[in-house]
Amino acid sequence: MNFPVLTICLLAPLIAALILIFLPRDEERLHKAVAAAGTFTSLAISLYVYFSYNRELGGLQFVERIPWINDLGVSYFMGVDGLSLPMLLLTNLIGFSAVFASWNVKKRTKEFFVLLMVLVAGVMGTFIAQDLFIFLLFYEVVVIPIYIMVIVWGSSKRVTKEYAGMKLTIYLLIGSAFLLASVIATFVKSVQITGVPDMSFHGLGQVPFPEQFQIYMFLLMLIGFGSLLSMWPLHSWSPDGYAGAPTAVSMIHAGVLKKIGGYGLIRLAVYVMPAGAAYWAPFIAVLGIAGCAYAAMSALAQKDLKYLVGYSSVSHMGYVLLGVAALNSVGINGAVANMFAHGVMAALFFSMIGFIYEKTHTRWIPDLGGLARQVPRLAVGFMMAAMASLGLPGLISFIPEFTIFVGSFERFGLLAVVAIAGIIITALYVLRAGANTLFGPPRQEYDDLKDIKGPEMVPLVVLGAVLVVGGLLPSLLFDVINSGVEPIMAHIADYLPTAVQIGGGY
Amino acid sequence: MPFDYSLITTELIVAALGLAVLVLGLIAPENRQKGLGPITVLGLAGALAAAVLMWNVQGELFGGMFVVDKFAYFFKVLFLSAAILVTMGCTQYVSNMGVHGEYYSMMIFAVLGMCVMASAADFITLYLGLELMTISFIILAAVNRTDGRSVEAGMKYLILAGLSSAALLYGLSLVYGMTGTIMIYDTAQLIVAENISPVLILGLAMLVAGLGFKVSVVPFHMWSPDIYQGAPTPVTAFLAVGSKAASFAVLLRLFAAGLNGMAGTWAMLVAVLAALTMVIGNLLAIPQTNIKRMLAYSSIAQAGYILVGLVSANEAGIKGVMFYSFLYVFATMGAFVVVAAVYNKVKSDEIEDYAGLAQRAPLLAAVLTISMLSMAGIPPLAGFVGKFYLFKTVIADYFWLALLGLIMSMISVYYYLRVCLVMYRDEPKENTPIEIPGNIAVVLMVAMLGTIILGIYPGPLSELTNTAAETFFLH
Repeated sequence: MNFPVLTICLLAPLIAALILIFLPRDEERLHKAVAAAGTFTSLAISLYVYFSYNRELGGLQFVERIPWINDLGVSYFMGVDGLSLPMLLLTNLIGFSAVFASWNVKKRTKEFFVLLMVLVAGVMGTFIAQDLFIFLLFYEVVVIPIYIMVIVWGSSKRVTKEYAGMKLTIYLLIGSAFLLASVIATFVKSVQITGVPDMSFHGLGQVPFPEQFQIYMFLLMLIGFGSLLSMWPLHSWSPDGYAGAPTAVSMIHAGVLKKIGGYGLIRLAVYVMPAGAAYWAPFIAVLGIAGCAYAAMSALAQKDLKYLVGYSSVSHMGYVLLGVAALNSVGINGAVANMFAHGVMAALFFSMIGFIYEKTHTRWIPDLGGLARQVPRLAVGFMMAAMASLGLPGLISFIPEFTIFVGSFERFGLLAVVAIAGIIITALYVLRAGANTLFGPPRQEYDDLKDIKGPEMVPLVVLGAVLVVGGLLPSLLFDVINSGVEPIMAHIADYLPTAVQIGGGY
Repeated sequence: MPFDYSLITTELIVAALGLAVLVLGLIAPENRQKGLGPITVLGLAGALAAAVLMWNVQGELFGGMFVVDKFAYFFKVLFLSAAILVTMGCTQYVSNMGVHGEYYSMMIFAVLGMCVMASAADFITLYLGLELMTISFIILAAVNRTDGRSVEAGMKYLILAGLSSAALLYGLSLVYGMTGTIMIYDTAQLIVAENISPVLILGLAMLVAGLGFKVSVVPFHMWSPDIYQGAPTPVTAFLAVGSKAASFAVLLRLFAAGLNGMAGTWAMLVAVLAALTMVIGNLLAIPQTNIKRMLAYSSIAQAGYILVGLVSANEAGIKGVMFYSFLYVFATMGAFVVVAAVYNKVKSDEIEDYAGLAQRAPLLAAVLTISMLSMAGIPPLAGFVGKFYLFKTVIADYFWLALLGLIMSMISVYYYLRVCLVMYRDEPKENTPIEIPGNIAVVLMVAMLGTIILGIYPGPLSELTNTAAETFFLH
């Protein structure tokens, strides 16, 4: 067996958490340093994995497989393919940045960083696990640390942090109940059909499930993953939750955690239940577009920066759903790339808003203005995230969105045009927020604000660099993703209707 | 016919220990009474070692009335481990009550009753074991003589347990009347789907009521919140784990083995009761402000989940019940030992008095959180795997039950998190750290690591329960 690169990548934050537990309470700088070291190790390893992944060969690489629970056919099965790899990198980029975005946390730093490390490891685990059971073990590791972080370090504005935390937690858990039910049913059915328990995604993918069964199961999985992806109308936890959460949690939640929903939808639901996917695809597309339009309109009405970005992230997830629903390789490529792009952008956005809030003690747009003069570096980060959000060519999110539109136009024609219109609304609210916050006459009360500097610059530099590099060299991202999507498309090709007859039952 | 008494080594050790502790409690001077705790732990550990070492020695005693199979051993190991954990974790609590000899000896006799229940293969032995356990628990509930609520709990348990025993006995006699045998495995041969009479169904209903009371299945659950709250915390903990697991062992023998022929008659009934139990247990737990009362309702809900394993009445279901009962030991012991440790310091079981526990005693807060989340079945903790095994047995035929169970367990997170909220968010009323004595720390670590390890790496326990469940039908 190879050197367990992925396991080490996964364990680095957990080891950091263990070290943190044994450090004295008041060594705040040390806590931060340990957390930074842990996430940096993971980031370095995932960069190494990303660039040494053999794209020509494709498929699963860096595989580790140890039998785990024999009677359930579970194995500790880690590996990355073109689908997992960008997500793994994204997780660690954001995890590393989140540590620095939390540099100014003063209250109970030890507990904060322990929970943050568990959070990062949990998210990472879902993306590299190639066994459904192990995937589930990681799937909810994160829920409880997030709850505790929201109630202890969160902020109460429009809703209390207790309400926000509980809403977020319960929404996600109830969603996952549907997912768990479908997973158990799928497993039992697969044993009935093949006689051999096998919980790996690949193994389940080979089982010929009856079509009706696939249709039911896909719906349950869609509810589970959809609520995590903040699919309209299961999205309402998302703006409230992000607004209540501390910066690091908003970054990780909007940046990567949500993406587990999209990832799971492709990895599990579409791959294992292709007939179900074909049946529900138009439904997903409609929900995706509804989410896009509805959330963009809601964002227009927001005056709190975090709510604005919260709704904007719901709206962007609509594009992801649209790309998945297209069920062609162009669309799914776009969906995965958009998840990556949105992750980087949302994390940057939330970290900049976090700094603005820390310094001005407000996120209320009418109370802000002219910050570009006083805190230019912060303003640069804010504007980069804003431009990426509206899909400015040259930044990372333009090509993915464009790809989704190409993929979905092929399938849904006119329907996709509505989604494209969503871009215009996005531009409207993002530019307006940028203008009202950063530009205009500077306000006196903000004259002595200190610009971000030192460790605070890390999120801007790391995430900003990815925004630009990803925009200029999109092939860095797309080659990898495509090598992961092609096999999936080849696998499910038999189930897909032709472009005209999409949607079996409709 | 000579009997091979070596088969009941475990029971013999426990009985001898019980008598010895009873006598020692009477003759030992006041200031030496504390030593009874370690003696109990050591003795029980000896019995546990015997049960583990004799894992492969199987057989029958007394003409088949007492069967010693891996199923029985598994449950004996479970009772003994639970008793050891609770005794070790609560010595300070017991010292504070000032009652030693009676407490420890009754605890041991309760374990003896449970061991007999796990091996019982006829109605008489079953009833003997059950009553030995119940009477010990009645005394234990009232053991804190100076506390009005404890005495009240004992009285309530006496009356209600008496009623339930009556229902159980009546059910047993009806089944006996229809089949002419008291041997459970002979009953299995005699009852087939063709000869189910209304009287038999009445007997069945009585059995469900009698045993439903013991495992606190809705609508026979009313007693448990009052008694859980009133009884001393270690007794509550052992009642929640031991009494429940022992009654499930009996329930499995009676229904999955003895009355398997009429499974068509009772499977739906049990499924509906399980659903009701999960829903009502979880919903009533939400408004509670006393942690013991909340855990009581949560333990009602847990009974609902475990009952799911009985619905399918096959090996997989039995395995699910065994697996879940075992992980439930760790979760419940973890939670109640924390409750006892907090009570030692703050003299209160109200949730609001847990404010700031995460800062005063991070270990206590962490163990309580992990134990509760395991009960809720959140991966990667043991409860999730347990629910996976339980619900997988019914998902094909009773999909609604599995989905309901999963949704209810997610809803249960709501009231568990309210405790976390108080522990983690709120500032403590006083800032003094709560020191944790070594014995409690050991129990807490065992409970926490057990919960986490069983969740991440359940393979070994799963295989163990598989082999144990295989022996269940081989009689």
